[in-house]
Amino acid sequence: MAVNKSNQKTMEANHRGLSFLVTLLFAVLCFFIAFPLLAGLLASFRPGRELVQNGLAINWDFKTMTLDNYLYLFGLAGGNSKIDSAKYFMWYKNSLILTILTVVLTLLVCYFVAYGLTMYKFRLQGFLFFMVIATMCVPFEILMLPLYQEVTSLHIINTRAGVILPGLCAASTIFFFRQYMQGLPLELLDAARIDGCTEYGISVRIMMPITKPAFASMAILCAMGSWNNMLWPMLVFRDTNKFTLQIGLNTLLTPYGNNYDLLIAGSMFGIIPILVIYLIFQKYLIDGMTAGAVKG
Amino acid sequence: MQKFKKLFYSQKVAPFVFVLPFVLSLLIFWAYPLISGIVMSFQDISFGNRTFVGTSHYVKLANDKFFRTAVLNSVEYMALTLLLMIPIPLVLAVMMESRLTKAKGVWKVIMYIPALTSVVISGMLFRMMFSESDGSQMNQLMIALGHTPIAWLKTKWTAWIALLLLCMWRWTGVNMLYFVSGLKAIDNSIYESADIDGANARQKFWYLTLPLIKPTTIYVITISVYAGLSMFLESFMLWNGNSSPKNIGLTIVGYLYKRGIEKNDLGYACAVGMVLMVIALAINVVQLIATGTFKREES
Repeated sequence: MAVNKSNQKTMEANHRGLSFLVTLLFAVLCFFIAFPLLAGLLASFRPGRELVQNGLAINWDFKTMTLDNYLYLFGLAGGNSKIDSAKYFMWYKNSLILTILTVVLTLLVCYFVAYGLTMYKFRLQGFLFFMVIATMCVPFEILMLPLYQEVTSLHIINTRAGVILPGLCAASTIFFFRQYMQGLPLELLDAARIDGCTEYGISVRIMMPITKPAFASMAILCAMGSWNNMLWPMLVFRDTNKFTLQIGLNTLLTPYGNNYDLLIAGSMFGIIPILVIYLIFQKYLIDGMTAGAVKG
Repeated sequence: MQKFKKLFYSQKVAPFVFVLPFVLSLLIFWAYPLISGIVMSFQDISFGNRTFVGTSHYVKLANDKFFRTAVLNSVEYMALTLLLMIPIPLVLAVMMESRLTKAKGVWKVIMYIPALTSVVISGMLFRMMFSESDGSQMNQLMIALGHTPIAWLKTKWTAWIALLLLCMWRWTGVNMLYFVSGLKAIDNSIYESADIDGANARQKFWYLTLPLIKPTTIYVITISVYAGLSMFLESFMLWNGNSSPKNIGLTIVGYLYKRGIEKNDLGYACAVGMVLMVIALAINVVQLIATGTFKREES
């Protein structure tokens, strides 16, 4: 017994040592992960020309830090500040509107499609679900050029519709809603039908409230995707005043480096909306992104 | 009218109303561009005029040395990201889920943050960190290690360190979370009975965790294959536009973009896209056969 006890003690000590090492590993890893963003944040408080000359490095020199870049960003510095600020916030506004529209429309459409695919038995059901999976198997980049031509001939080039419509029925979102609904009891539907609710009424009044967590997960993923989307909006939007924030920031990244004050402050400020949403809803996010991964 | 209304509200018609948007979207924004992409790859397209040129684009592609570079780069990038982005996140996930790690929530939240940054912002940050001037982070590190500063983005292997680190920085946390949720789905009692049988940690990992987490692994491999093969914007941002020295950062989609958008040669670019699709599907099928996904469905 005595031997066993001391054995247990060394095991516990081992466990504690190992636990410390593993936790330390994650701490170090997280430091490296935070590093580029931290460096970017610190750089946003220094003149942009330093960035052009020296590149990006962590610089803790608080004495030489200024708020100039942010003053410029908000149009409070002299020179072109007002014009550049107006331009930046127009992109910001464009991105916000586009993201909100995309999230609301995509979620609604995908919800109803998933509802139809999950809650009924009908011919073509299996085929349609197979097609949902099939659309996921073709990389978007392959469809990009024909789609670009199509959008041009539909006269929705350079419009929000041109960006939003092709991605409205997002296969992964439909897939997730379906996964979620499959876990719900179907008896609810029959009970509602007996109460005289129509098929469409059930989908809105009965099922939608129950699927709220699924909406939350998909909303974050969709918002992230839309806010950070670059390739397709870059093809669709042609006018500077229609650019989204990402396209706009990219235009600031010139070889001359004359816009870097605006670029670095604007980049850091551009992460904020998505970071706030993430920190509030991060619990739902993990549910959402891993839906496809567990069941395979 | 009354009859129509009754039909519209019937349980027979309702599902078709629900799935109608998908059917329309499938036809208009998927099937049509896909078929038109295939057709365009056999055409010469300039200023709205289309002429059939048969397989000449594909013949030209076979001898196009830029295209060969692009394919090799994309496949190489995909292979390297698979090597880095599957085992490391898996091991991290196993450690994260073990009782050893303290303050799990904090690490998970931080590790996901890079995925929130757009490719524009993260690419810009990495471009600056790997800048060739003495003051950049990586060169300061080199100087601290007693090395001379390096023009990182000018030679292939140093540039690819930046490219791969950018990929790892953004997606290690995401892949780890995929594996974490896969691990959570495993029944704990399996491990308990293994403990009783006297299995050690390594045995449990090889003989329990790895086989049981296979669906997640297949999922992560599949998305990594697609993401790796169609990588473009990372290289676009790192080299500030679609041209890198000696094409060290040229990828298939980068070449597609160059021919299709920059040079307005849509037919040829569509042929590039078709090759990408064939490669992606081929790798996917091979991987699904190798991991036994088809077999499992049959039984």
